[in-house]
Amino acid sequence: MPVDSSLTGRSFPPTEAYLVTEERVREFAAATGSAYDGTAAPATFPIVVAFAAMNALMADPSVGIELHHVVHGEQRFSYTRPVHAGDSLRATLTVDSLRSMGGADIIGTRTEIVDGDDAPVCTAYATLVHREGE
Amino acid sequence: MNPDDTVLASGDVLPEQTYRVTRADLVRYAGASGDRNPLHWSDRVARSVGLPGVIAHGMYTMALAARALDTWAGATGRVRELACKFIKPVVVPDDDEGVQVQVAGTVTGVEQDGVHVALTVTCGGEKVLGRPQAVLAVG
Repeated sequence: MPVDSSLTGRSFPPTEAYLVTEERVREFAAATGSAYDGTAAPATFPIVVAFAAMNALMADPSVGIELHHVVHGEQRFSYTRPVHAGDSLRATLTVDSLRSMGGADIIGTRTEIVDGDDAPVCTAYATLVHREGE
Repeated sequence: MNPDDTVLASGDVLPEQTYRVTRADLVRYAGASGDRNPLHWSDRVARSVGLPGVIAHGMYTMALAARALDTWAGATGRVRELACKFIKPVVVPDDDEGVQVQVAGTVTGVEQDGVHVALTVTCGGEKVLGRPQAVLAVG
């Protein structure tokens, strides 16, 4: 099934609030041996929230993405501020671009991550490469 | 190291960092990140899609790049921009040794928005991330 060509520009509902606890950040930092002194979370920590938004995109049957045919091609983070324990984060994903190349759909996504006051924290851009199944 | 002591200048070659990655790390990362894709813990599934075995999460390798940036910046929370492409999988064998990932960096410029760093992330001498780059708020 091809990816819905009208996907470009579409935004998905915000994810449920994710409460960042010191324990969660500590586990994330420990897995990659990163430093955590109780202040700023590791730079890639927002992927936890962005990932939830990407999963919602891929799980939407009207989109036509088959989860097992998706490869993470590219990732970019642009930070307004670091994540701290106590933040309540929500992510809103928008499909910025969709193009076909060599039998694959290249899906450009932008996920805006905000805190409990709706103030911006980080924007995560992911490029997903989707190859149609046989 | 106090971050105020860290002064980075254009052309600086940053000290290369070497990190060991084992299966145990990937399992911890799967739990901590919520990415439980079996490609990162099941050889059977990895081989079924033509990989030699379990591979690290692309985001795991990107996190190692961020770890090196924290070291170079002398503090956490200094990364303003971070970007890369995932160009080659990091295969992690099922033993206690795992694999080593090397992260090197060069300061390409000091601009108004911060210190621009071009990274090189390799495993077994081959680049695993494409055009990894960052902007740091330091100095």
